Amino acid sequence: MTDLTSLTIAEAREGLASKSFTAVELTDAHLAAIEAARVLNAYVLETPDRAREMAKAADEKIVKGEGGPLAGIPLGIKDLFATRDIRTTACSKILGNFIPPYESTVTSQLWRDGAVLLGKLNNDEFAMGSSNETSCFGPVTNPWRREGSNTTLVPGGSSGGSASAVAALLCMGATATDTGGSIRQPAAFTATVGIKPTYGRCSRWGIVAFASSLDQAGPIARTTRDAAILMRSMAGHDPKDTTSVDIAVPDYEAAIGKSVKGMKIGIPREYRLDGMPAEIEKLWSEGAQWLKAAGAELVEVSLPHTKYALPAYYIVAPAEASSNLARYDGVRYGLREPARNIIEMYENSRADGFGDEVRRRVLIGTYVLSAGYYDAYYLRAQKVRTLIKKDFEDCFAKGVNAILTPATPSAAFGIGEKGGADPVEMYLNDIFTVTVNMAGLPGIAVPAGKDTQGLPLGLQLIGRPFDEETLFSLGEVIEQAAGRFAAPRWW
Amino acid sequence: MSVDATTVRRIAHLARIAVSDAEVPHLQGELNAMLAFVEQLSEVNIDGVEPMTSVTPMEMKKRADVVNDGEIADDIVRNAPDTTDHFFLVPKVVE
Repeated sequence: MTDLTSLTIAEAREGLASKSFTAVELTDAHLAAIEAARVLNAYVLETPDRAREMAKAADEKIVKGEGGPLAGIPLGIKDLFATRDIRTTACSKILGNFIPPYESTVTSQLWRDGAVLLGKLNNDEFAMGSSNETSCFGPVTNPWRREGSNTTLVPGGSSGGSASAVAALLCMGATATDTGGSIRQPAAFTATVGIKPTYGRCSRWGIVAFASSLDQAGPIARTTRDAAILMRSMAGHDPKDTTSVDIAVPDYEAAIGKSVKGMKIGIPREYRLDGMPAEIEKLWSEGAQWLKAAGAELVEVSLPHTKYALPAYYIVAPAEASSNLARYDGVRYGLREPARNIIEMYENSRADGFGDEVRRRVLIGTYVLSAGYYDAYYLRAQKVRTLIKKDFEDCFAKGVNAILTPATPSAAFGIGEKGGADPVEMYLNDIFTVTVNMAGLPGIAVPAGKDTQGLPLGLQLIGRPFDEETLFSLGEVIEQAAGRFAAPRWW
Repeated sequence: MSVDATTVRRIAHLARIAVSDAEVPHLQGELNAMLAFVEQLSEVNIDGVEPMTSVTPMEMKKRADVVNDGEIADDIVRNAPDTTDHFFLVPKVVE
């Protein structure tokens, strides 16, 4: 039955409807695959009993013709989403054994539509990282390897468990979150499709907060169509999140295969970096040609403040994180270290509970918000953010429908290879993705080719606010032209 | 701008994270690397630019001023390290 794991969500949906197999069989196949792939460390918690229960319930509904849009589809959930009565840790020691008495809005909508929970997926601690190396459960292994090499590569981050599990056929799709590139960069490193929706499209309620003005949930899947199917269930207005937008959720899947003829695709000159690998450059122009061949028009555009997005992000995101993470005080939940007085208790609990990257960001965030530095750092960064957003608005005002860029400046790298001496080295991974979060726009990463060592590379499409449909249409064109990429199984 | 060892200790205390003397030089180096990186923002002309306060232009939603949740004290204290009778327990604060 193991071949059931290689189906797409769209194919599985058909197979379930035509009774070729049951949801329980589909779930069992995935549970077996997960067990055989523990070396990847993609899951931090497997929930086989819950999965079988949910699959059985889905089968009963399917028989009665009452199955929802995701009936019986087994999914992995990033451990940043609160799942009722199931341990949720954000992969931080400080939340070691947190059992939420509530369910995140996004996951509750997936269960409403019939999806099956296989387990919780690894991520960088509090989603802070670009390699999944900062998780308290240890790093995740990318199922992809360089040709002829056994070197263990990172799957990207922070949604590294989600990307690795989807690429290694350990779930049919996964939830993920993206604050600076955490959906799109791991998708690019694993030849999967990942979309960060427009800020406000998915509810943030019940997702462990990192940087509230940047965080957004989205799916990682193996095809553009599958990502569209998942998006429809994940998106929607939620009164419990004041930034959630009350706009009807379109049928994203209907955008798959829709003509892109006459669309204007912006190619931003500022994304052509000095020293950019030739293969990234080649991939980018190839992608542009595919869109052109499908009838789109290519236009060179300028986004002059691009280079300031990453430094502005490293003020805004840590500032918001330092504020959000103030709640971990050892009083109401999570780790508590004994101490003589309450201040020491806070200090010891937080010193022991936070990993190095989280501590670093909380400290820098505290500094840029502290008296005397607020104007020079935080206020300035928020003004630069206005300029970054305006760059995109000017571009869209000229009739551009979407912008095409590389997703990452390189393919996946080795565990321990980056950021050891200087944290900024790791941060540069998000140079192409972070602008999108700063402007609150939707962005999709689609696999588009391989580098000379046989590793997958992705392209990114950036859209107008709440126009995810155009991204799905364009993403499908790239997918059709580039073909799909499957990691050879070695585990 | 860069931070010295005293500032690192002061920030750590503001953030309520215990930092040992041995960790200070290392943290100081990392924080200064980040500050050096963001320094390039000073070359941007921000005269007359409004800071971004809302990602998507929208009016702040307000919910009706009614009780719509509660009576879940067991749930609230369920994950706490130390409680008694639905109270959170902490080390003595008032002498």
